[in-house]
Amino acid sequence: MSSLGELRTLARNARRGGAKDTSRFPDNKAGYAFIAPWLVGILVFTIGPMLYSLYLAFTNYNLLQPPSWTGTANFVQMFHDPRLWNSLKVTLIYVGVGVPLQLALALGLAILLDRGMRGLGFYRSIFYLPSLLGGSVAVAILWAQVFGKNGLLNSFLALFGVHNAPGWVSDPNFALSTLIVLHIWTFGSPMVIFLAGLRQIPDMYYEAAQMDGAGTTRRFFSITFPLLTPIIFFNLVLQVIFAFQSFTQAYIVSGGTGGPSDSTMFFTLYLYQQAFTQLHMGYASAMAWFLLVIIGGLTALNFWLSRFWVFYDD
Amino acid sequence: MTTERLHVTTLAIGSDGWRRAHRRRRVTVSVLKHAGLIALSFVMIYPLIWLVVSSFKPNGEIFTDLSLFTSTHTLENYVKGWNSQGLGFQVFLGNSSLLVLGAIVGNLISCSMAAYAFARLKFRLRSLYFAIMLCTIMLPIHVVLVPQFIIFKNLGWLGTFLPLIVPKFLATDAFFVFLMVQFIRALPTELFEAALIDGAGQVRTFLQVTIPLMVPALATTAIFTFIWTWSDFFGPLIYLRTTPKFPVSVALKGFVDAQSTSDYGGMFAMSVVSLLPLFIVFAIGQRWLLRGIATTGIK
Repeated sequence: MSSLGELRTLARNARRGGAKDTSRFPDNKAGYAFIAPWLVGILVFTIGPMLYSLYLAFTNYNLLQPPSWTGTANFVQMFHDPRLWNSLKVTLIYVGVGVPLQLALALGLAILLDRGMRGLGFYRSIFYLPSLLGGSVAVAILWAQVFGKNGLLNSFLALFGVHNAPGWVSDPNFALSTLIVLHIWTFGSPMVIFLAGLRQIPDMYYEAAQMDGAGTTRRFFSITFPLLTPIIFFNLVLQVIFAFQSFTQAYIVSGGTGGPSDSTMFFTLYLYQQAFTQLHMGYASAMAWFLLVIIGGLTALNFWLSRFWVFYDD
Repeated sequence: MTTERLHVTTLAIGSDGWRRAHRRRRVTVSVLKHAGLIALSFVMIYPLIWLVVSSFKPNGEIFTDLSLFTSTHTLENYVKGWNSQGLGFQVFLGNSSLLVLGAIVGNLISCSMAAYAFARLKFRLRSLYFAIMLCTIMLPIHVVLVPQFIIFKNLGWLGTFLPLIVPKFLATDAFFVFLMVQFIRALPTELFEAALIDGAGQVRTFLQVTIPLMVPALATTAIFTFIWTWSDFFGPLIYLRTTPKFPVSVALKGFVDAQSTSDYGGMFAMSVVSLLPLFIVFAIGQRWLLRGIATTGIK
């Protein structure tokens, strides 16, 4: 079961008022001993910092002087900060275009590779490799060179007589697209998850459909797709959350600036600049909470929308 | 299995000519499918091949000569690139290795302990903790970024590896806890009951029964920790300030900062050096990696 599936079960049990045998905890001592490192970690490095950053969001803090309470000033400033809204727009385009395309490609290839395909292992390795390397600085560096003015792509285009192609990473109209392409390039990991999901669909469903005379298309839309929807949903939720936090690629490709003309200024990159180059720690904290609210909102929206298209077999 | 299903169809139809036509069509489809997949594989991998080949080309030829097979191989890029960031690259490789080692040891110990408790022990508030743990998988790190930075600053840990390693000993990578919980739950309960009946305490059951059985999950964790820590850029960028402490990822950034020098050859060569360990780990650990992402859906 996926982590989302677990949460569903927990929520369902809680609603039912289940797990009522709370009086019996035979392993209380051992349980707390084993969980101790995690418990310390969650308090010191997660819950404590979350509360503190919520407080900092309402202050002015530059690390040197103690934080001074400014009320909602940071949020008002955020509302009037065109660079922040631009960074949100850039991130939303990146997530909104990159994630669906990446998942569609992953799903398409998983279906193509599924069941009795010769060379499955080979293709799977080749397609998976980029998602393993995709987060590294080296690949981001490579990307800037592939899509540079004199880069690999333009040299290739020149072979076909296209000599006035733009410098993709240095042109504000295209820089973001190169990052989206990089994201799509890493479709291997969701593909592997889809492949695992496809393998769990019992053969008998297909055999029964075959008996009833269902064709390939019909079998896909009546069996494969519905049974795969929980996995597609799971991938969608997590990929949206992770893509929203992308940083390294934009940082390296733009040389840390988010340029040209803020066209690759991801929300996280702007947050980093506010926090660690401008030392606007209060403002950065406010931005972080805004980010949490946006990601939470998108996740909630995803869950709400899932009622209309995700099919649970249980 | 597809072939089997098609076979059933052909038998049902029965007609010989139909079957032959069908088989011919199937072969054509299969050839087209493989041709498409090979073409796609090539496009996917081409940038990486280009990176490796270019790292052996003289600086002037990288962007002018597209062919993968160059007559003028040179190791000059590796020699020049190795020392171009102020220090020899062995320093950065060493730093990355230390970070990776610390993170792996930390994750293996702390995550397996937490996972054992979540999967096998009944204690107060377990469900609540488990729900919190699952939520932290999805929590954007930026919400805790500034306070964590302040904590480490007050501890005097800035510029050391401690901010990047110590949290790993406190099971902050919830993915792995979850992965191991899934794994332990799938083990037969009889084993744990037998251990208890034989008088083993929880510590012994954990160390002598659970740990040996969950080696595959530990391997997956170790491999993923290796890859993520080796590639991690954000953490070291924030916490490490001086060149002698830089891991490979931050050291490579130096090539981007100083692009006026335009030592593309050196940059490519050191990019290859930095990707090589990832590639080796991928080649060796593929089996565990693929199983790991399939069960938890992590990258």
